[in-house]
Amino acid sequence: MTETDNIVAETAERIFADLADAQTINHDKQGSWKAPLWQALAENGLALSWVPEDCDGSGTSMAEGFSVLSVAGRAGVSVPLAETMLAGWLLAQGKIKSPAGMMTVAPANTRDRLTLNGDGTISGRARGIPFAREAKHIAVVAGSSIALIDASACKIDAGLSLAGDHSDTVHLDKVKPTAIAKAPAGIDEKALLLMGALARSLQIAGALETMLSISVQYSGERVAFEKKISKFQAVQHNLAKLAGETSAALAAASSAADAFSHGAPIDDALFLEAAAAKIRCSEAAEKGAAIAHQVHGAIGFTQEHILHRYTLRALAWRDDFGSESYWAVELGKLVANLGADELWPLVASR
Amino acid sequence: MTAALRFDPIRLPPECEQLRKEVRAFLADEIAAGTFDPHRPVQEDADNREFSRRVGEKGWLGMTWPKKYGGHERSFLERYVVTEEMRVANAPVRRFFVADRQSGPVLLKYAPEHIKMDILPRICRGEICFSIGMSEPNSGSDLFAAKTKATKTDGGFLINGSKIWTTSAHIADYMIAIFRTSPPTKENRRHGLTQFLVNMKTPGIKVNPIDQITGQQEFNEVVFTDAFIPDDHMLGEIDGAWKQATSELAYERSGPERFLETYYTLTELVRAVGPEPDTRSAEGIGRLVAQLHTMRRMSVSVAGMLQAGKEPVVEASIVKDIGTVWEQQLPHRVRELAAFVDDNASNHATLDEMLDFAIKTAPKLTIQGGTTEVLRGIIARGLGLR
Repeated sequence: MTETDNIVAETAERIFADLADAQTINHDKQGSWKAPLWQALAENGLALSWVPEDCDGSGTSMAEGFSVLSVAGRAGVSVPLAETMLAGWLLAQGKIKSPAGMMTVAPANTRDRLTLNGDGTISGRARGIPFAREAKHIAVVAGSSIALIDASACKIDAGLSLAGDHSDTVHLDKVKPTAIAKAPAGIDEKALLLMGALARSLQIAGALETMLSISVQYSGERVAFEKKISKFQAVQHNLAKLAGETSAALAAASSAADAFSHGAPIDDALFLEAAAAKIRCSEAAEKGAAIAHQVHGAIGFTQEHILHRYTLRALAWRDDFGSESYWAVELGKLVANLGADELWPLVASR
Repeated sequence: MTAALRFDPIRLPPECEQLRKEVRAFLADEIAAGTFDPHRPVQEDADNREFSRRVGEKGWLGMTWPKKYGGHERSFLERYVVTEEMRVANAPVRRFFVADRQSGPVLLKYAPEHIKMDILPRICRGEICFSIGMSEPNSGSDLFAAKTKATKTDGGFLINGSKIWTTSAHIADYMIAIFRTSPPTKENRRHGLTQFLVNMKTPGIKVNPIDQITGQQEFNEVVFTDAFIPDDHMLGEIDGAWKQATSELAYERSGPERFLETYYTLTELVRAVGPEPDTRSAEGIGRLVAQLHTMRRMSVSVAGMLQAGKEPVVEASIVKDIGTVWEQQLPHRVRELAAFVDDNASNHATLDEMLDFAIKTAPKLTIQGGTTEVLRGIIARGLGLR
């Protein structure tokens, strides 16, 4: 595992190691591990990492918050940590205090829009909202406003992601927000999508780190044709490719996180960083999951093995906050619009 | 547990931005003066020799080396900027690139002082060209199999045998080569190879050109018949070149030249597509740009680690592996996307011509500097698999 650079990430590492042990979770069909894990994450202020202290958060830096998401990705568990962090971040942009408890954000699908009505209520439909059924509150962008919505005021249609996590459709029918504020310049649906895409990129890269680690470990345990499979050159080359995909995902996600940590406005260069991270991490998820399953053979295809927790989540996370094809089209349009001779200056600008 | 992979988000420091501007201005002047055409990767007629001298005058050769050898004591990251700007512009770097990237650092580390004082300043002035003699017929990436012999004689060694795939040997002033000085031992099959500095004007050396499938001629076969190399031209330890040669290869890996070789096809695609792409073109371009950006961030990250004095062997091998696979696939992806670009677009002919060349070049990209298979072996070792 990657060494951690800061005490916030170390705290997250320790909590996930203590309370989200992969084997235990896999065998606990009731999900009784969830409550203590969430409680520890909340009590240690990780869920509200990006909320300043004057908005009732823990005032962690952007960079430290991003490192928490990498740790969460490596743990690969179904808990709305990234979503609550994103909600807290969004609310803080409007100087709205974050309530306690699980939160999520909307819209998370590139084709959905929420509308702020003349009477101050909000309407619309938001699909693919992670953990909407578990969240007490939803932070939303509607027009040029940021609002805090009580989840119980919405109609929620249950759905599941590829990994079996809650991914719900939220209907807002003239819902009166608990709090509402004008969004500052630059904070809109696209900014929320970009932040969400970046969060998912870090989680995917983290999941790939675990996929690589458990695949390497398994290849040293499994014996076939009287040899450890790690001694077969074909297996070694597959694992080298998995290391390559993991590296690409790590580099793209940590570069984008670093870029966003400096608080600059979202310009073309920053857009390139976040869009490229989601595109490249999603591609790595596809290639990496295939290799990890290949190395594990049939055992990795079973519910009882832990592999699917990381592979399916990495694949599912591709769909949230804009898929790789969506961001590729957006990035391609930007590049074409800037023109051929501006491509290299854009890439080399940082 | 797996070796931790690190790709820290290194940013180029501000002095690099100023340098980048200077390099771009220099290259624009050279293009305006007709030294080379940035839209033509085939640079047969480019004025390499004079261009090389002018790059030396700018202080962009031997950038990281000590001043007493003509170097400039600048950072790896500054050198990185110069390399990427030269590559992206399709500048004719052939005459100086190997000496600057690889041969100079080897001499710095292993050559006697009087040789360093003689040769390094000339590399820095862009006056001399180097080639590398590692592969032999039937050996290639398998250095253990090298057979060409250096036999001890009065005051030096006599070389007999041949080297192959030596890029630029036909224009090179010097070659750094490995020769067999004794047989491998049972305990150490890596034993018995020694590294030498070879003056290409030495009697007994014959260079036979090998034409490439691109129609260009860069490769050569070099035949040695009783060619004499003086004792002080031996580099490092006798019989101990294995480690030296592999550390030399580390300079060959992970740099911008390892993912930018076919970059020009992407620029020309963007040019041919124009400002309002259809969805298919936009998505294709977007993915390629995301992959390019990621490669570059990985490569800068490794350069930053080298600058910090670390030895990112696995990370460098990963960058070379996925970088060369990427630059090999790039012209093919561009070709697919170009199929839907209007044939009458005025710049389509340029794109076609460039694609033709890039697709012909592509097969070699995953071979030079250590094949993909060899690199994946190194990565596997780094993962603790062997």
